[in-house]
Amino acid sequence: MQKVNNKWLKLGIEVVVLAALFTLVQYLITAGLLKQYYQISLASMCINVTLAVSLSLINGFTGQLSLGHAGFMAVGAYIAAIMTNMLDLPFITGILAAMLGAGLAGFIIGVPTLRLKGDYLAIATLAFGEIIRVTLQNIGYVNGPAGIMGIPKFATWPWLFGGAIVTIVVIVNLINSSYGRAIISIREDETASELMGINTTKYKVLAFVVGAGFAGLAGALYAHYFYIIKPETFNFLKSFDILVMVVLGGLGSTTGAIIAAVFVTALTAALQSFPAIRMVLYALILIIVMIYRPQGLMGNKELSLRTFGRIWGGRH
Amino acid sequence: MDDINLMEISKLEKSFGGLNAVQDFNFHIAENELVGLIGPNGAGKTTVFNLITGVYKPDNGCIMFRDENLVGMAPHTICTKGIARTFQNIRLFNDLSVLDNVKIAAHKNVPYSLMGAVFRTPGYFRGESEIEAEALHYLEIFNLRNKKDELARNLPYGEQRRIEIVRALATRPLLLILDEPAAGMNPQETQALMELIRYIRKEFNLTILLIEHDMSLVMGVCERLYVLDYGQIIAEGTPAEIRADKRVIEAYLGEDVG
Amino acid sequence: MLEFTQQIVNGLSLGAIYALIALGYTMVYGIIKLINFAHGDIMMVGALVSYFSLTLLGTNIFVAMAAAMIACAVFGVLIEKIAYRPLRNSTRIAALITAIGVSLFLEYFTIFIFGPAQKVFPASAFPIKAYALGGLSVLNKDVFVFVSAVVLMIILQYIIKWTKTGKAMRAVSLDQEAAVLMGISVDKTISITFAIGSALAAAAGVMLGIYYNTVNPLMGIIPGLKAFVAAVLGGIGIIPGAMVGGFVMGLLETMVSGYGNSLYRDAVAFGVLIFILLIKPSGIFGEDTGEKV
Repeated sequence: MQKVNNKWLKLGIEVVVLAALFTLVQYLITAGLLKQYYQISLASMCINVTLAVSLSLINGFTGQLSLGHAGFMAVGAYIAAIMTNMLDLPFITGILAAMLGAGLAGFIIGVPTLRLKGDYLAIATLAFGEIIRVTLQNIGYVNGPAGIMGIPKFATWPWLFGGAIVTIVVIVNLINSSYGRAIISIREDETASELMGINTTKYKVLAFVVGAGFAGLAGALYAHYFYIIKPETFNFLKSFDILVMVVLGGLGSTTGAIIAAVFVTALTAALQSFPAIRMVLYALILIIVMIYRPQGLMGNKELSLRTFGRIWGGRH
Repeated sequence: MDDINLMEISKLEKSFGGLNAVQDFNFHIAENELVGLIGPNGAGKTTVFNLITGVYKPDNGCIMFRDENLVGMAPHTICTKGIARTFQNIRLFNDLSVLDNVKIAAHKNVPYSLMGAVFRTPGYFRGESEIEAEALHYLEIFNLRNKKDELARNLPYGEQRRIEIVRALATRPLLLILDEPAAGMNPQETQALMELIRYIRKEFNLTILLIEHDMSLVMGVCERLYVLDYGQIIAEGTPAEIRADKRVIEAYLGEDVG
Repeated sequence: MLEFTQQIVNGLSLGAIYALIALGYTMVYGIIKLINFAHGDIMMVGALVSYFSLTLLGTNIFVAMAAAMIACAVFGVLIEKIAYRPLRNSTRIAALITAIGVSLFLEYFTIFIFGPAQKVFPASAFPIKAYALGGLSVLNKDVFVFVSAVVLMIILQYIIKWTKTGKAMRAVSLDQEAAVLMGISVDKTISITFAIGSALAAAAGVMLGIYYNTVNPLMGIIPGLKAFVAAVLGGIGIIPGAMVGGFVMGLLETMVSGYGNSLYRDAVAFGVLIFILLIKPSGIFGEDTGEKV
């Protein structure tokens, strides 16, 4: 019984903390106490958390290095914008279509490329991401390189915060199940995993599709917050941005990805006027983390209430 | 040997770049039998295991397992048909706990759906405790229950070998294939392992095929032996028959005997 | 037919540049199994060095190219020592991520120092002349690029085939442990490989400066990726493969720009890459290898 109580207690604390955080920000926004700069940073944080957590499912837990995440974000952004801006459909339809569309793109790209290993897979996904961008540049319906402008600003704080939370909950629940263990075993030893009866191809594609789908959600939120999207926004540098967050947080740690996404977003906002310095810093983060702590800040550990409890109680 | 054969292999062939690793390999194993495959290093024993479990595709021949030809099936499908194996060079999921290693092998019988996992349905919680109970049961048999939270990589060699067997068992196989399970163990550990192999065969009604290149070891536990040399079966029979076979002695000691 | 021949003439010099860059990718991959993402950026550094040699020091193009090659050889060795050597025993993914980091660092540190604007490669360094050759128009810069690239490739072939260094390089790429036992210094051989690869990239950078008339901090990205595709196409790790792949990519690109839509010029490279990865990841000259269980 003790175990069951603990489970509910933990869930209760999490819900209360998140609700408080949500309400606080919502209050500050409606009361006009939050400067535009901070509002944009908070929105970017939610979008980046969604991106980082979804990429960490692919890169961190499945162990398949994908460098094309921005491509799936682009698919989601464009589909959602077409739904709301051009077809006048409600935002939720746009979001769902974006997730389905990006997931489908993940499926189409994942099935052939996930046969490749390691660096070959990385390069193939990079190429696919770029092909998505070049294709968008050449489609007249979405204005080619100029992109779509004047997208309705539907992505309010509840949508942004909710999007990030749904992503985290779904991916964490997936990881902490037998399906998640199957996915992680692929990272550990693909051959052994296959010989233990796990259809590794199926689960690699599953992780890729789920990750791509949530990147699509991030794209939809991005399009409806910044109300303008261009193919150039989703080039491979954007994929590298997301990669920096996942690598910094730790390959195989959701909380690590979240913390790193928040940190990197804050850093980006602070260095807004110095884009070159920002990129130099990103580069140094990648190099230094890989040399001195290749498992990332959190490794494959998760930050949990128990960790706080330990610090609180001073026990080891 | 008049029982129904669980697996029957005929005319199996595999070559790597012109080198015949396995040729004209004929083999059968009856239900509940314990058979050994022996031979000098490099004779092609592990290649045979890789062919049976689908890691390699044979060039020719067929592998009948309960009236189904396994040739061309993916390794995970072959595992779901009821064949599980261990590896000569231990291949555990090193950065995961011992318990998770075993749970992963139980995945093929997962009792809840993907959606059940995402939405945390009651079925998910029930299923998870079933999986955990089963995994702990297997660990208990191998006296590893107290190691369940340790990372696989941190365990001593002998325990890692045993976890490999536990993991293979957790897939609920009909045929268990052990690739040099006693490699690197001292005589006492080997003896204990052989006892354990006999025990699990009875307990889980298993058929077991094992590779060893240390002959004395297999002689004690196997009912029937196949001897492989240069990719070909050179002898087959009871341990006593094999011990007396001239070709086997030559294969092990070289051509100059005698 | 004449136009087709003209396109081939145009494509040859571009292909020679890609081949030079691809050689560096393939040599490094062959020896330490790393996709050196920063290779295209080393080429950019080479172009920049030659630019400053031409404008600030007023040297001629040959001195500028030599300066670029020497500077980049040193630079390549330093990058390997600082960023890649500590990772030699870690996963290939970690090394690849580091290489991406080095690439971003070179690009944006250059922007930070020199600004993002593109610089015009001094025309006086290489006055353009056109020759008519049986209805074809051949530019002297194309001839210069093609000839010097081919000369460099011949020198490289000589080094790899006939010198002690070349033998050491081949030995290390075949079996590092065995090479150590034969008394070969692996560290030194890897450094030499980076030096040669980076020098070739620098030469390609100078040629690219002449070819496009401009240099800028991000100029290495796209040619770098295309040369990488060329290396994969020929079979990564295989030196003649990189040369063939480079020429194929150069010709393909001029054909697509000449006959098709130049907006798709860059997409073609990625399309080729995906095609080859899916059909035969080991490339035209490569052999497929399985995993040992």
